[in-house]
Amino acid sequence: MANFVENVGKSTLKHLDFIGGLTIATWDTFRALGKTLPTGNRYRWKASIVQMLQIGVEAVPMVALMAMCCGFILAMQGASELRRYGAMSLTIDLVAIGFTREIGPLLTAIAVCGRSGSAFSAEIGTMVVTQEIDTLKVMAFNPIEFVVAPKLLAALITVPCLTGVCNACGIFAGWIFMFFSTHLGLKLYVHDVFESLVLRDLVSGFIKSLAFAVIIVLVGCMEGFHVQGGPEAVGRSTTTAVVRSTFLVIVADMVFTAIFYFTGKH
Amino acid sequence: MPIISVRDLVVEYGGRRVLNGLSLDIEPGEIMVLLGGSGAGKTTLMRHLLGLERPQSGSVIIKGVDITRCSPAKLNRVRRSMGVSFQDAALFNSLTVEDNVALALREHTSLAPSIIQLDVWLKLAALGLADSGKLYPQELSGGMRKRASVARAGALDPEILVFDEPSAGLDPIVAAGLDELILLMKQAFQMTIVVVTHEMASAFTIADRIAMLYQGTFLAVGTKDEIRASQNPHVRQFLDRVPDNVTPAQVMETYFGKYVRGPEVQR
Repeated sequence: MANFVENVGKSTLKHLDFIGGLTIATWDTFRALGKTLPTGNRYRWKASIVQMLQIGVEAVPMVALMAMCCGFILAMQGASELRRYGAMSLTIDLVAIGFTREIGPLLTAIAVCGRSGSAFSAEIGTMVVTQEIDTLKVMAFNPIEFVVAPKLLAALITVPCLTGVCNACGIFAGWIFMFFSTHLGLKLYVHDVFESLVLRDLVSGFIKSLAFAVIIVLVGCMEGFHVQGGPEAVGRSTTTAVVRSTFLVIVADMVFTAIFYFTGKH
Repeated sequence: MPIISVRDLVVEYGGRRVLNGLSLDIEPGEIMVLLGGSGAGKTTLMRHLLGLERPQSGSVIIKGVDITRCSPAKLNRVRRSMGVSFQDAALFNSLTVEDNVALALREHTSLAPSIIQLDVWLKLAALGLADSGKLYPQELSGGMRKRASVARAGALDPEILVFDEPSAGLDPIVAAGLDELILLMKQAFQMTIVVVTHEMASAFTIADRIAMLYQGTFLAVGTKDEIRASQNPHVRQFLDRVPDNVTPAQVMETYFGKYVRGPEVQR
């Protein structure tokens, strides 16, 4: 029994330590964010642009392909049930609302987690192992400002943009299905999509994608900073970063969905 | 007045005491070598001199500022007067050698880009790396990486230079070249230089004073001659290269005898 209590206590403290560390890092990074803007330090702005290319532009093909597949799947699954009730046209609503509110931000976040979250952790973990982070400190640089803040700015800009691409591709895939099953024209499909969407759907997806960007960057970077040991520890931190950030993204998604659901009802 | 003053420094990791109340004064313009075996606490002491870690108790005063208690802004001001060359060079792998050296100049000074370029070139040329500026660290040999790291450490013309194991992993010729370089930097720029090493040849070539560390305490602090003349058994063991914990012959025989007399060898 004593062992059980001890283990629960240890585990609780470990998780509280992680959440505390993440909160402090979030505060420090947002404080340093001003330096990454064009009006701040031009070297950080340049670093942010490089990150935008890596996190955003390079991820477009992957996100687009994933979104097309998911859009097609969602349309097929939805249509197979809705057809039974003679509500085939609601497939358009399902795909449009499903993507803008939920699947678009979540799918993009999972893709960015896998691509960039792991890369952040590996990059910073390697910098810790090779003493580059120590070097930054002794050169009177703030590692959070130097390494993390450009990534956060880049993610805050690119993740919502990627979400937009994801939504567009997913909804387009829905049209491909509708075209082959009902010969629906693109113009009419687009018209129906805009009919089914309200501004609130787009805003909720946008807010979610911003929150996911913060989670992915900070969890990935913090896991990198916590690396102790050699290359093996870098590998472990990469895995932990992806697992933790994916988990937190899904938890955050649930929280935001609940908030939008309950605030929308009234 | 000492430029670096360590007072009663106590450092513990997980309840294990690594530095046991160290006190040391380093005067401006001298080369102080922190000598000791593996696990003696040299690197830990160096990390505290750089303000990378906070001790359990005691103080590290650099240019009149206690870096164990000061604000991050004050610590950064002190750090700008220091340059560090780490054991594995720790160059930024994503930047060229030139950019590594220019980084601090670009961000901490308001010098024009052309002046920075000239300064960087002069520093690289002084270290024999004039043609290597455009290369990335992974394209350099071990000795070149070390020299590039020295060039970066000296970028802001610091008052204090810290070297962590400068000759580790280098052949004797390159290591001797680095020793010459350290002496040259002291003479030319009147820098205070702290060198952490376990290489005796290097230590006795460059040191003005040597502080001999053993299990977290200073066994002896003095000039090269004073250290050479020390009769402290641990200092003598280190200087005379006497191995530690020699396994008694009897134990060796019991251990290997079994094998020698065993069926595998007898066959």
